[in-house]
Amino acid sequence: MSDYWSDVINGTRSLVIGMNITVRELFKPVITEQYPHFVPVMTPRFRGHIELIGNEETGLPNCVVCGMCQRACPSSCITVAGEKPEGSKKKVLTKYILDFTKCSLCGSCVESCNFNAIKFSHDYNLASTRKEDYIFDLVKRLEEQS
Amino acid sequence: MDTSIWEPIIYLVGIMAFAGLNAAYLGWCERKGAGHIQRRIGPKEVGWFGLLQPLADGIKLMSKQLLVPQGVDGILFRAAPILAMVPAITSMVAIPFSETIQARSIDLSVLLIFALASIGMMAVLIGGWASGNKYAIISATRSVSQNIAYEIPMLVTVITIVMLSGSMNLEEIAMKQEGGFWNWNIFPVAGESIAQAIIMPISFIIFFICSVAETNRAPFDMAEAESELIAGFMTEYGSMGFGLFMMGEYLNIVVGACLTTILFLGGWYGPFGFTSSVFWFLLKIYILIATFIWIRWTFPRTQIYKLLNLSWKILIPFSLAILLLTAVFLKVEGFLI
Repeated sequence: MSDYWSDVINGTRSLVIGMNITVRELFKPVITEQYPHFVPVMTPRFRGHIELIGNEETGLPNCVVCGMCQRACPSSCITVAGEKPEGSKKKVLTKYILDFTKCSLCGSCVESCNFNAIKFSHDYNLASTRKEDYIFDLVKRLEEQS
Repeated sequence: MDTSIWEPIIYLVGIMAFAGLNAAYLGWCERKGAGHIQRRIGPKEVGWFGLLQPLADGIKLMSKQLLVPQGVDGILFRAAPILAMVPAITSMVAIPFSETIQARSIDLSVLLIFALASIGMMAVLIGGWASGNKYAIISATRSVSQNIAYEIPMLVTVITIVMLSGSMNLEEIAMKQEGGFWNWNIFPVAGESIAQAIIMPISFIIFFICSVAETNRAPFDMAEAESELIAGFMTEYGSMGFGLFMMGEYLNIVVGACLTTILFLGGWYGPFGFTSSVFWFLLKIYILIATFIWIRWTFPRTQIYKLLNLSWKILIPFSLAILLLTAVFLKVEGFLI
């Protein structure tokens, strides 16, 4: 019989505790992100597709066309091309194509780069209906950013 | 009483409008409440604060095909959704919203409303049976056993109120509670005996739990337990058939809240005794409805045997004890005072 009464009393108490919790939650601010209306800022270590880093003064790519990233890529999604302008010792980047359809975001390219030329972007709004939209021209992208 | 033809027409339109508005917007309130309890926003895209969401849902449901699957009992299948909604609207006829706003003052209005509520339960049974679907039939039987189990403590509690008020007319029951909250049946300190005031809150809680169970709402929504029964009796229903079941559910909540308000919370009388109007009545029923929603999003669904245990082992003995004590207090004048 005492079990019965403790059941009734404890049961009622737990109901009150539960309702107390939900009513407090009711008046707390919402924590969901209102995605299409407010685009969240990605954390610094977010791994998006890669992009080129521009020189802080000139805005030109840091890349020296060594081709390390192209070789490091396990799925060969990177195509780099450069040319040596007349009178210059260094190669200048002319083409940097990333085929994002094959990329698995492993990050080997970023690891292999010795010239601080590529980084992960914070882009994630990448939905598209056409395959060609995922062939990124990173040189053009850098020009647009600067 | 004015016997002009306009009075019934105005009441008809008024009740239909009240029912329609509640059926539509309680869904919105429920989704908003659920959202904020889970720290989401809830509906927000259609109109200002998502206020046009019920309209959009209504248009969507109405434009869908009214599908009657093969192998169902055609007549019963079509009748069930209507049967879910009609008794709820009908019982509003007998509910006094204030001293002057009542479509029909019926002497046995308490009895009438409970009779209609039982017909509402028939809708679940018929819908489940006619679907010819095992989930629907399990749901229907569950719902019936649940409703029988919870109607007993509910009615025993109502008998307590009827004994206190000496009437089965809702209007008279409410009139007996005229004045401030100390006259209400939930805590009648001004009544004959203090002992009565101590047991009445328990009676109120029993009645409220029963009305949650009677309206088949969580945590007692055994009839439509999605995890085990898909959607129970509503499995085979789509478009407006489903819509009518939903509207019926919300209207049952409204009727349940109205009944609780009249029986326990002093109907249309203000809490401090000087005002009485339909405003107080509506305020009280919407507070109760908010509690319904609050309960639904707090507690997980119980199991069927726990549900029946709660009724047979706790609610029924308690309500019978309260009935007995009330009889003693009424008979022995000045008991414990």
